[in-house]
Amino acid sequence: MAEFKLDASGLLCPMPVIKTQDRVAELNNGDILEIVCTDPGALNDVGAWCRINGHKVLVAEQNETQVLIKIEVMR
Amino acid sequence: MLESGSGGIISPLITITPIIIMTRKIKAVSLISGGLDSLLATKVIMEQGVHVEGINFYTGFCVEGHTHAIRKKDKAKPKRNNALWVAETLGIKLHIIDVIEKYKDVLINPKHGYGANMNPCHDCKTFMVQQALVWIEKNDFDFIITGEVMGQRPMSQRKDTMPVIAQESGAGDRLLRPLCAKHFEPTLPEREGWVTRDELLDFHGRSRKPQMALAEHYGFDDYAQPAGGCCFLTDEHYSKKLVDLWDARGNKEYEMDDIMLLKVGRHIRPAKNFKLIIAREEGEVNFMQGYRNRFISIKTISHSGPLVLLDGQPSAEDCQLAARIAARYSKGKLENEVEVELRQINGEIDLIRVKPIGISEMPASWSV
Ligand code: SF4
Repeated sequence: MAEFKLDASGLLCPMPVIKTQDRVAELNNGDILEIVCTDPGALNDVGAWCRINGHKVLVAEQNETQVLIKIEVMR
Repeated sequence: MLESGSGGIISPLITITPIIIMTRKIKAVSLISGGLDSLLATKVIMEQGVHVEGINFYTGFCVEGHTHAIRKKDKAKPKRNNALWVAETLGIKLHIIDVIEKYKDVLINPKHGYGANMNPCHDCKTFMVQQALVWIEKNDFDFIITGEVMGQRPMSQRKDTMPVIAQESGAGDRLLRPLCAKHFEPTLPEREGWVTRDELLDFHGRSRKPQMALAEHYGFDDYAQPAGGCCFLTDEHYSKKLVDLWDARGNKEYEMDDIMLLKVGRHIRPAKNFKLIIAREEGEVNFMQGYRNRFISIKTISHSGPLVLLDGQPSAEDCQLAARIAARYSKGKLENEVEVELRQINGEIDLIRVKPIGISEMPASWSV
């Protein structure tokens, strides 16, 4: 199990989802991926993508400027 | 029978190997746009026991995409990506594929031309089915589903053009349109018995009533109601801005930033070599801030006013004119002088005082 980061700041949906999907494809079961975005839509979309594909959302937070999502890869 | 060494009779040892016939589940990929038709088409095939996964192509022009994040007036609506919503509703996987670069050739050189605006629907559909074909071959899937309905769209969903799309994409009869399959010859999945033709549908025409009735039958009620197509290229104003951009540059090339900026602001082109993009509200100002390191920008200082980006290659004189136009859209539009900040791409700032341009000095043709 390892931890990884993905900076999707400045990208608008669905690009953060596509970047997450492509990064997760390279990771293993149990790996943690932390995604930072600026598009508030990512909070919903990355979450929905995780639910569809069976990955676990550990953190999903939003402040004035950023969205932070942490997921655990489930295979 | 064999004889044993001692003269007795023994039976041969017969080993029976059980034959296990592995029945491989038939798999289909469904083009999910996020609208009702692809939701229903997918459901119809899932009901027949086929394993279905969704695929969604992101061209950069999709309405589904980033515009929700830009305009403040849209912020009241809950944000959701409808393609993801469809997949979640159906309980299937969704693969979102970035085709921004590959799509350029479709938009720039459509073999079958454009629709009412800059929408190359026929070539676009062919391209997407072709991409789906590549995907099913790579992932060992058997066929492709789309939510197309015969006669629903004037260009790409006609009885005569739908078989052309199947042919030109290379998918041939591995392309099944469950909502109107009965209007066409049986496809491979029907002939092979992977799906039952009797359970497919015969929808046609522009009426949405059959789809709505089927949605009710399945209990779908929160589906997206797209207004005027699945991408910005069907929008008249957007298309006009795209054509203006191509005309001004003398070629049809474009980058992602161009596509995005055509979606925001008021566009004013006083000359071929430059145009102004004027933010119309706070959401657009916030979005356009991110482009200040790539474009010359203008902001009124003495009076509140919108952020303006200058696209193209404006001269110093053009920047003066742009500053006067920017002042026109500020609270000081009726004043004799407005102080304006002119910011270069490298961050250098000039503060200048200009007289807001008069409405009579701005020909209507400047407005894109
Ligand atoms: S509306 Fe846009 S995305 Fe849909 S088929 Fe036409 S060009 Fe393609």
